[in-house]
Amino acid sequence: MWKKFYAWLDERLGLNDLYKATLDRPEPKGNWWNTLGSASLFLFLLQGVTGIFLTVYYTPSPDHAYDSIQYIMNEVAFGWLIRGIHHWGATLMVLVVFIHMLRVFVTASYKYPRELTWIIGVGLLLLTLGMGFTGYLLPWNQRAYWATTVGTEIAGAVPFIGGFITRALRGGEDLSALTLSRFFSAHIWMLPALLAGLIGVHIYLIVKHGESAFPDRED
Amino acid sequence: MARSHHIGRRDFIKLVTAAVGSFIAAGIGIPAIGYLIHPALKTGQGKEAWIPLGPLENFEIGKPTLVNFTRTRVNGWERTSNSYGVYVVRTSADEVVVFSNVCTHLGCRVNWKEEIGAYVCPCHDAEFAADGSIVRGPQPRPLDRYEGEALRIQDGIVEILFTEG
Ligand code: FES
Repeated sequence: MWKKFYAWLDERLGLNDLYKATLDRPEPKGNWWNTLGSASLFLFLLQGVTGIFLTVYYTPSPDHAYDSIQYIMNEVAFGWLIRGIHHWGATLMVLVVFIHMLRVFVTASYKYPRELTWIIGVGLLLLTLGMGFTGYLLPWNQRAYWATTVGTEIAGAVPFIGGFITRALRGGEDLSALTLSRFFSAHIWMLPALLAGLIGVHIYLIVKHGESAFPDRED
Repeated sequence: MARSHHIGRRDFIKLVTAAVGSFIAAGIGIPAIGYLIHPALKTGQGKEAWIPLGPLENFEIGKPTLVNFTRTRVNGWERTSNSYGVYVVRTSADEVVVFSNVCTHLGCRVNWKEEIGAYVCPCHDAEFAADGSIVRGPQPRPLDRYEGEALRIQDGIVEILFTEG
């Protein structure tokens, strides 16, 4: 019964080929350092799921952001767990993505034909940092508020257009309700959409080129 | 081999995988579901309070008077105040009748119309007589009233036992 059902699906979706191409592809002999990309992907998905759950109660308005998070932490069943995972997962993700980049750099895996994979990877790192930056404001506590004040102020140091960048980030001269809602929008829609898209291309390129072998003495 | 009481290696692996799998699924599933349905588990129903409506002598005999009061309720991180209204009708020197102003049809608020001597609902034109009984309209029962246990006059003040929910 299941076999038949699977065969039917496979014939139409090409599941077996997909499986071979993605999960069963030949790999050079690697080690644990090669798992950091998958770890990043897993963390991305985890952040996505816990983030979606948080939006059930979180309210991106200055009146309610802080209180809604207090509510999640103290009242909602397992709210502390979901927020905790999202909070620590974020830190871990930045760390893992960064170490992943270091590994690719150290093993010189960014060379032909994988330059594009590397460039996109840099984009992914920046987007991950962007997620961290925008997410940090959302609790709307003192630390978040001042960190974002400082962060957007730093962006203002850019010559000529600095002031404009700061205003664009803040949605005006000051940190306000507008800042909170645009950071929220960026954090849950724009950046994740970009991330997901680029992750797709990144993975496609990895599947296409296969993983690079570690350089040996000859190289 | 298949007849043996001992469980085979393959079956053992299958069993362990299934067990560990369900354990993990429960570990993820229970928090996830608990988190989502949490607010639905609290009904907040049945909270009771005596609400003072004012001194009896202030009410004119035979004239329905609307008395409003508000109750605050905490929903999540927000306090909501709901206002409620009741019609107090003093029937004699020391007797009083209190009607809820909630229409018994679908819950709009009825208004006392002096000209026609009836409570009229703005939503579907239900009409109730001064004693709360049905005059005409779609409503299934007379206006709800506070009486017996839910009504008292203490030190000359009319009070009702208000139940939330
Ligand atoms: S709700 Fe009052 S008549 Fe329908």
